[in-house]
Amino acid sequence: MAAQHRATAPGTGRSLARSRPRYGETVIKTLLLAATLVSILTTVGIIYSLVEPTIEFFQAVRVAEFFGSLDWGPLIKPPTFGVWPIVVATLEITVIAVVVAVPLGLAAAIYLSEYAKPRVRRFFKPVLEILAGVPTVVFGYFALTFVTPLLNDVFPFLQLEAKNALAAGLLVGIMIIPIVASLSEDAMAAVPNGLREGSFALGASKMLTSVRVVVPAAFSGIVAAVILAVSRAAGETMIVAVAGGFKSIFTFDPTSEMATMAAFIAQAGAGDLSTGSIPYKTIFAVGSLLFVITFVMNWFSARMVQKYREVYD
Amino acid sequence: MAFLSTPASNVSLAGRGRPLKEHLFRIALLSSLAIAMVFLGVLLVYVVTQGWPRLDLNLLQNFPSLRTVNAATAGVLSGIMGTIWVVALTALMALPTGILAAVYLEEYADNTKWYNRLLELNIANLAAVPSIVYGILGLGVISRGFGLGPSVITGAITLSLLVLPIVIISSREAIKAVPPSIREGSLALGATQWQTIWRQVLPASVPGIATGSILALSRAIGEAAPFLLLGAATLVRFNPDGLSSSFSVLPVQIYNLITNSRPEVQVVGAAAIVILLVILLLMNSVAIWLRNRYQKRW
Repeated sequence: MAAQHRATAPGTGRSLARSRPRYGETVIKTLLLAATLVSILTTVGIIYSLVEPTIEFFQAVRVAEFFGSLDWGPLIKPPTFGVWPIVVATLEITVIAVVVAVPLGLAAAIYLSEYAKPRVRRFFKPVLEILAGVPTVVFGYFALTFVTPLLNDVFPFLQLEAKNALAAGLLVGIMIIPIVASLSEDAMAAVPNGLREGSFALGASKMLTSVRVVVPAAFSGIVAAVILAVSRAAGETMIVAVAGGFKSIFTFDPTSEMATMAAFIAQAGAGDLSTGSIPYKTIFAVGSLLFVITFVMNWFSARMVQKYREVYD
Repeated sequence: MAFLSTPASNVSLAGRGRPLKEHLFRIALLSSLAIAMVFLGVLLVYVVTQGWPRLDLNLLQNFPSLRTVNAATAGVLSGIMGTIWVVALTALMALPTGILAAVYLEEYADNTKWYNRLLELNIANLAAVPSIVYGILGLGVISRGFGLGPSVITGAITLSLLVLPIVIISSREAIKAVPPSIREGSLALGATQWQTIWRQVLPASVPGIATGSILALSRAIGEAAPFLLLGAATLVRFNPDGLSSSFSVLPVQIYNLITNSRPEVQVVGAAAIVILLVILLLMNSVAIWLRNRYQKRW
């Protein structure tokens, strides 16, 4: 930069450096930075809102009881604070969702990225976008009043309860298909064509190229997409609140009603709890746990994407 | 091709048609998309048939009620008005902030600096934080911490923070799509950096930003979870009349109606779902149309 200041216009002594400082530009840049810092404030706000009540919660409830007991009932008398039933329910619904979403989402991504002609793409992309835009409370309604009765009719041996983890998990799975599909497709689209051409030149078919070349080359991006989808599934509230129910008994049986962590927060938060009470603070303790779990997954996923981007750019 | 053979032998080098496996694979891939489409179709048809008996003007004109005697005339007016208030305020707050932040990250931020990378990582993270956690933020900090209470403004600020990362990410994509040569041309003609952004980069990226903004707002309209924590859970029977008024939103009223045990009340919920989906489908179509119509290929 120093060299610039000495440069002059040919034949004259006039400097080519900017004639006066641009205060307006600096103000604008500061304003833009301020807008960006709102996102940092949000994170700080989330952590601040969670930390204090969580510490107070653990002053009243032993950590050993929270993580060591299998009885969860903070809103009933006498209250019990073993968090495992709602953690297991969250895990179970997430697993069901992943079993649905990963094969379907990945297949959709391979088709859109490797097979579909532009016209076909222009037709199917909006379908996925509309699916992604359906409010989750609508999926919950569909799970409760359509999918559960349908499953009971087709598979009577399941004997599903009116609210159950299976239907809720299936719908959470449908909800995260667009996330898996669109992010995996982005990852596959970023695989350079040279790899495909090399594979074709060696005589590989389209299927072999897709499965053995493109998918492995985009693997870190696909993993990042799946992790992000898992974190979305774990934090999903409305589907599980409507179709999964609020009963929290320690069970692995997906045909029974079970409350996830998010469903518990919704149930407890919707009631009118007084600010200082232990049930009120329980919302924040469970919220902290959910935030930490999803935060670790999101961070991991974002790092995968960042790392992956460096490979082909 | 068919005449090619390896030298000194008669082995044909031409492929003998496409093997069955290839066809099956392609059909399997296509059927995954077909499943998604059929699901969407069944969902839409089901919701419309369920809500059909109550898809009338009463739904838009009357306040909600959980009493069976009122089921034939009850509506979701307060939810619709609440959604309009909250989403309009969210648009006012989240869209400018998000677009400005996107401009900073794309045009000014130096990617080699650790703090700019931290900003990016933080935004990617926030975009994936469960919406119920934003509800906790709204409850703990905005509603009870700032003392704003369960009001329209609390809901709007919470919702703004929720959609902000989505607006930033989609606006960044739109700005990134403007080729560097446009910027270089403008700078070479003597424009300052901000003049370049304001007169060249932003006008060129408006369609992309608009598409992303519409999709972010349609996410905001369908969001219910954070409001459950913000006092919007009760069946509000009046329209909000100001920023400090208590309120409900359409998705929360739907939640209350469909989880009710009486079928007559559930039908009102299904009809309200149809209204919500029609609004969202309209917004989505506008976004898709904008993208297809105005997006430039450089």
